[in-house]
Amino acid sequence: MTKKFWRQGEPFVWATGLALSLILFLTLLLFYVVLANGLAVFWPKKVALATLQDGRSLLGEIVQEETIPHNEKKRLQFKIGNRDLYGLDFKWVDASEITSLTYPKDVHVLERQEYGNFYGYLSEFEVKGIAPPVSGSNSLAQTIGALEDRKVEVHLLGKKIANLNRRVELIDHHLAKARYNKEENTPALAAMQGEKQGLKTEFEALVSILGEKSAALATNQAIFTDANGQPKAIALPNIVRAYQPNNMSFFAKCAYYLERLRELFFDEPRESNTEGGLFPAIFGTVMLIFLMSILSFPLGVLAGIYLREYAKDGWLVKMVRIAVNNLAGIPSIVYGIFGLGFFVYGIGGGIDQLFFPERLPTPTFGTGGILWTSLTLGLLTVPVVIVATEEALGSIPPGIREGSQALAATKLQTLTRILLPMASPGILTGFILAMARAAGEVAPLMITGVVKLAPALPLDGVFPFLHLDRKFMHLGFHIYDIGFQSPNVEAAKPMVYVTTLLLILIVLAMTSTAIYLRNKMRQRHSVVDV
Amino acid sequence: MSTTDTAIIRIDNPQVEVENLNLYYGASQALKDLTFGIPGHQVTALIGPSGCGKSTLIRCINRMNDLVDGLRIEGAITINGENINDPALDVIELRRKVGMVFQKWNPFPKSIYENIVYGLRIAGIQDKTVLDEAAEKCLKRAALWDEVKDRLHQSAMGLSGGQMQRLCIARAIAVSPEIILMDEPCSALDPRSTSRIEDLIRELRGEYTIIIVTHNMQQAARISDYTAYMYLGELIEYGPTQTLFTMPEKKETEDYITGRFG
Repeated sequence: MTKKFWRQGEPFVWATGLALSLILFLTLLLFYVVLANGLAVFWPKKVALATLQDGRSLLGEIVQEETIPHNEKKRLQFKIGNRDLYGLDFKWVDASEITSLTYPKDVHVLERQEYGNFYGYLSEFEVKGIAPPVSGSNSLAQTIGALEDRKVEVHLLGKKIANLNRRVELIDHHLAKARYNKEENTPALAAMQGEKQGLKTEFEALVSILGEKSAALATNQAIFTDANGQPKAIALPNIVRAYQPNNMSFFAKCAYYLERLRELFFDEPRESNTEGGLFPAIFGTVMLIFLMSILSFPLGVLAGIYLREYAKDGWLVKMVRIAVNNLAGIPSIVYGIFGLGFFVYGIGGGIDQLFFPERLPTPTFGTGGILWTSLTLGLLTVPVVIVATEEALGSIPPGIREGSQALAATKLQTLTRILLPMASPGILTGFILAMARAAGEVAPLMITGVVKLAPALPLDGVFPFLHLDRKFMHLGFHIYDIGFQSPNVEAAKPMVYVTTLLLILIVLAMTSTAIYLRNKMRQRHSVVDV
Repeated sequence: MSTTDTAIIRIDNPQVEVENLNLYYGASQALKDLTFGIPGHQVTALIGPSGCGKSTLIRCINRMNDLVDGLRIEGAITINGENINDPALDVIELRRKVGMVFQKWNPFPKSIYENIVYGLRIAGIQDKTVLDEAAEKCLKRAALWDEVKDRLHQSAMGLSGGQMQRLCIARAIAVSPEIILMDEPCSALDPRSTSRIEDLIRELRGEYTIIIVTHNMQQAARISDYTAYMYLGELIEYGPTQTLFTMPEKKETEDYITGRFG
């Protein structure tokens, strides 16, 4: 009986099933942790007012609850915010010390430009130039809203100044070039210097206007009090968002959630990346993958075609094949170092010597940038594409090639009209793997062009629009940066989950698109053998 | 020796002429000093046991062997008086004149229509009406039109084996070749499909020169005008099919066709 059981292979089926379930379980667990933590971050949490035994009280969100080790008692962690008042965002309190725990309706939570959240009660306004707010539950929101026009004005002024700055910088580059070429006293040069002078005057005038306006704006403030009645004046323009979580309906909470999502996708980060949006990092990640694909896909496919279709089989081709397969196994940091040495210092340095000698020693291309990062990642993924192309071409039945050539097709015609369409699903599969690998890499990026905060996107409205020399932000690096390099790791934790979730979603979206394309091609070009 | 051999008849004005053809795969010789002529607008069958070099021979006629590494050819094959082993010859032109149908049907994973017009598109013809006409004509010629006319633009992969093989024949005649080579076109087909292909070959005869390799002696007897018996790379006997099957000159041929050998 047992002999038959073993012979029939039943245990083997169980072993295979078990292996798959284990992998599935771990993957699902990972997804669960990321989803559960990532999705909840933006949901407004209630703010608790805890009165302690010593008579003092504190306001904050309850973050977690745990049993103290070797001591049956419980303790609670509060996010108390108000970093400018207390110096700390979080506080542990023993449950036994708390005499009462309530959720007062009139608590305000303020998200601020600096110092993190503020938890407290609104007491009065000090505003100028706008109608004094009517008292009521949403008087704060109204007052902030009334300042919106002026805030926008200040923001636009800032942008204008940045633009002026960029123009001055451009003129400086031209001047440096002229100086390098020993051109002197030409009318063009004089005109440029005149323009620069004009821009500078304009710049200074705008800066002083900006200073006045923002100072005037900052005098509009509201006085808040914390849990213990300590007053704190907060300038209204500093408030990014204000809400009363204990007094919000379900729909208001949904609206708040959506607003936070919008901020995440479209705004720039604040507070050393721990708050605000992720737009530059999302943009950088997607652009990096696109650039990498544009560089590595054609190169890999062409190399694969040569290896399979044109190269004469021999020991050399075998060696190349082994080398290509091994390339795929080299640690990514090695590629990063190679990219730094070869692309950044070698090619980038060479470009600087040739085209931008007047700016030296300040490097233009001889420093990390999105182009070099894409090239490095392209190099890292190209072996996968080569191998996939080769295998896809190799799996086409020889009869198909002969059939095409017997119909007087040249080798090139056979390749472009028959073989490549037939191989495309296989090639795309390899490309999907390559893309997934590239999207998840962080190590080689860190040394070839990623930064924690990039002043400008690699693609914008300033000529020449695509700035491949610029440094950029990346979600993968963002995770590492805010999770492990941030001065306030505890406060950054929710953002780590959100960023992780976002990175996974982006990779998923990109690979799904590729898989969809591949399946379409597979339907069109499949060979059903009879 | 074969030039004086009475078992090999001489054809007047052959369309394809094989002269002292030797073919080597590396060190081993696959074809040994073949000399014979193939008449135009007739069906010539090549028979013989497996490995005797029949397929190798017909693959020489459209230079399909160019694709094989380590292969060396000596001697000449002339078509209409032109030596096709001449290195200066345009292989593409040759293959336009000499079509081929393979043992294993090999339609491209495209629509039926695209399969038929593939050779024409390759030749640079883009005019839709020309292509449409050619597709219809060739499918009718290959006796496939009635079966596929409603699904011309569906994948050729949905056809049955026999239909696919007829599609491959239609595809070959679409480029209007003079000669069609058939390498055991029925060996993987059931008897019904086989008989349809045989009908088709009889139909096409006269218009095209057909050279067919077959394992099936009855088939050779049924459809061919001339038959060549090959054994171990040598041409043993060659003559009109009637004569070869009823009064073979050589003992080896008789043994083979009567089933005592092979």
